[in-house]
Amino acid sequence: MVNSDPPAREGPPDSLFPSGFPPANAGSPDDLAGRTDSTRPRSRTLVAVDRLAKYFPVERGWFTREERFVRAVDGVSLRVRRGETLGLVGESGCGKSTLGRLMLRLIDPTYGRILYDGKDLVPLGQTALRPLRRKMQIIFQDPYSSLNPRMTVKQIVGEAIRVHKLAASSADEARMIADLLDQVGLRRESIDRYPHEFSGGQRQRIGIARALAVQPEFIVCDEPISALDVSIQAQIVNLLQDLQERLGLTYLFISHDLKIVEHVSHQVAVMYLGRIVEQAAASDLYEHPLHPYSRALLSAVPFVDPGRRKLRVLLEGDVPSPIDPPSGCSFHPRCPRAEPGTCDASAPSLAEVVAGSGHKVACFHPLLD
Amino acid sequence: MPGPLLRVRDLVTSFRTAEGTVRAVDQVSFQVDAGASLGIVGESGCGKSVSALSILRLVPSPPGQIESGAIELEGRDLLGLSSAEMRAIRGNEISMVFQEPMTSLNPVYTVGWQIVEAIRLHQKRGRRDAWARAVEMLQLVGIPSPETNARAYPHQLSGGMRQRVMIAMAIACEPKLLLADEPTTALDVTIQAQILATLRELRQRLGMSLILITHDLGVVAEHTDHVVVMYAARVVESAPVASIFARPRHPYTRGLLESIPRPRAAGDEAVRRRLTTIEGLVPDLRHLPPGCRFADRCPMRVDACGEKEPDLRAVPDDAGAHESRCLRAEEM
Repeated sequence: MVNSDPPAREGPPDSLFPSGFPPANAGSPDDLAGRTDSTRPRSRTLVAVDRLAKYFPVERGWFTREERFVRAVDGVSLRVRRGETLGLVGESGCGKSTLGRLMLRLIDPTYGRILYDGKDLVPLGQTALRPLRRKMQIIFQDPYSSLNPRMTVKQIVGEAIRVHKLAASSADEARMIADLLDQVGLRRESIDRYPHEFSGGQRQRIGIARALAVQPEFIVCDEPISALDVSIQAQIVNLLQDLQERLGLTYLFISHDLKIVEHVSHQVAVMYLGRIVEQAAASDLYEHPLHPYSRALLSAVPFVDPGRRKLRVLLEGDVPSPIDPPSGCSFHPRCPRAEPGTCDASAPSLAEVVAGSGHKVACFHPLLD
Repeated sequence: MPGPLLRVRDLVTSFRTAEGTVRAVDQVSFQVDAGASLGIVGESGCGKSVSALSILRLVPSPPGQIESGAIELEGRDLLGLSSAEMRAIRGNEISMVFQEPMTSLNPVYTVGWQIVEAIRLHQKRGRRDAWARAVEMLQLVGIPSPETNARAYPHQLSGGMRQRVMIAMAIACEPKLLLADEPTTALDVTIQAQILATLRELRQRLGMSLILITHDLGVVAEHTDHVVVMYAARVVESAPVASIFARPRHPYTRGLLESIPRPRAAGDEAVRRRLTTIEGLVPDLRHLPPGCRFADRCPMRVDACGEKEPDLRAVPDDAGAHESRCLRAEEM
């Protein structure tokens, strides 16, 4: 059962870019060199990943050097449309945060491509990446540990402005910071305060101001509200949506809160053990989940309506280890529809069940009834 | 008709801080009938966990102290018991399950050993007998191959399994009342559904009462009979679950319900709907306003709200037993 060589399992799952995706040759070096925004029409897709994978090595034992791998992200192809929100849901350990970090190239993929506005980020070095870093930002889950406690709001928000030399003068910088505080709903007087003087919701606003400081296009929101109280969550969600509308931002919204994801997302992707098992428009996915895992996940959400205690699809057991994932479809040991000989033999690829519907599922026995 | 199993009356629990004494639980009253399930809802710092710890007299002292009130289990006031008498109640008649199964289990003993210890503390059973009971409990809470897993150490089990072990330990002596403080908050939603289903089944099978402390209104809606909403150390609303969700009688409860996104209608692609929010922040317990504690965030505020804090009082309701601490409860 030991995988000593990461790609040896069954290779990258074959998945093709759906129609409408910029053809691979659009990213050829010659094209990119001469490209400016005026010479090429803006593609609808802002960020795309193609057969992206990240394997983390784990020690096998105390005395052996043989390595095994956690398949945190295992051949994911996705695209995020400009100005829209892609919601990414899944349980802890399914690889959703790793995928978010890969998309920003905060960590390097084991294989696969990451295309930002048509340009492959994977071969780029740190220097070449820097101008692109400005366009991609991240908001973290824990507003308590993601802000430096020894820096004031001014320093936290201003740091990126200085790194990217966005302000002409220090007066200009101060004006930019004040604008940012206005945008995220913090009082200008808070500029010289330290993070500990703020509540969780306000700290998350500082995190958002910091991300906005460099005028990004794409923001990965990694569980941005999970650490906050219910009444504060709604404030932050509204803020993120207002900013999206005002600034035309594109979000990857990672969360395990399915109700919030439904609320904010245009498209939703469901992840299980490093793979996307289903992707569709939010309303399609929540109304008619096609993958048995998606259905179980959605049915597990408790409803705020005591009259509607609904039928629950309870899954057996726990999520298997991503170190030695099950053969074939990695959901088959817990799946009520699994069929021996098919589901445990090969992994289904993510494809549209009804051509043109945009509703993609990776399942041999999708819930079509 | 028998009285309630547990009755908490005018409980005040305070903590000494550098800036004076702070009441974390301020004149809180509620009761649980035998076999019933009570939900205590509120945001962090509202006093819901301290209420539960007070019932078991587990509030760390100092700095904490139960100042006044009564906690009656079948008519017996727990606050008047000696430490030894209280130990005989904890884990035996009233048990508690905490949020963090990782930190509540001892990492150097097998889970079976830890359940055996809990059983032998309260019951005169031999080791072999207690071990058999521990395995039986693990099976009851849905742990696969319980005999093998009883020999496992906590780190060898997943988060969901550890929480099941905690529940197995808590119910091993068949308590009359189980206090569950955010029992599923650290768990994934599919595991949460498993654990809550297990708790419901155990309650029905053992006739056990449950106090479920949570911030998740969905969990409350599905798993409790009666709900107590706490805000800034006070009970602001108390009602049967159906009537509180059908018609909340306190603006805070209504705000909480409205800030949860509703499922969208089929084919509705719009994502620009705003969530209703509760503006502002929870008041600092060290500097409470003279009037209603929710007043400065309240959309229904009138001048009288800022003058004197309203009492928790009965409001007319079909189901009865609906109480609210709002001057304008009838208008809602």
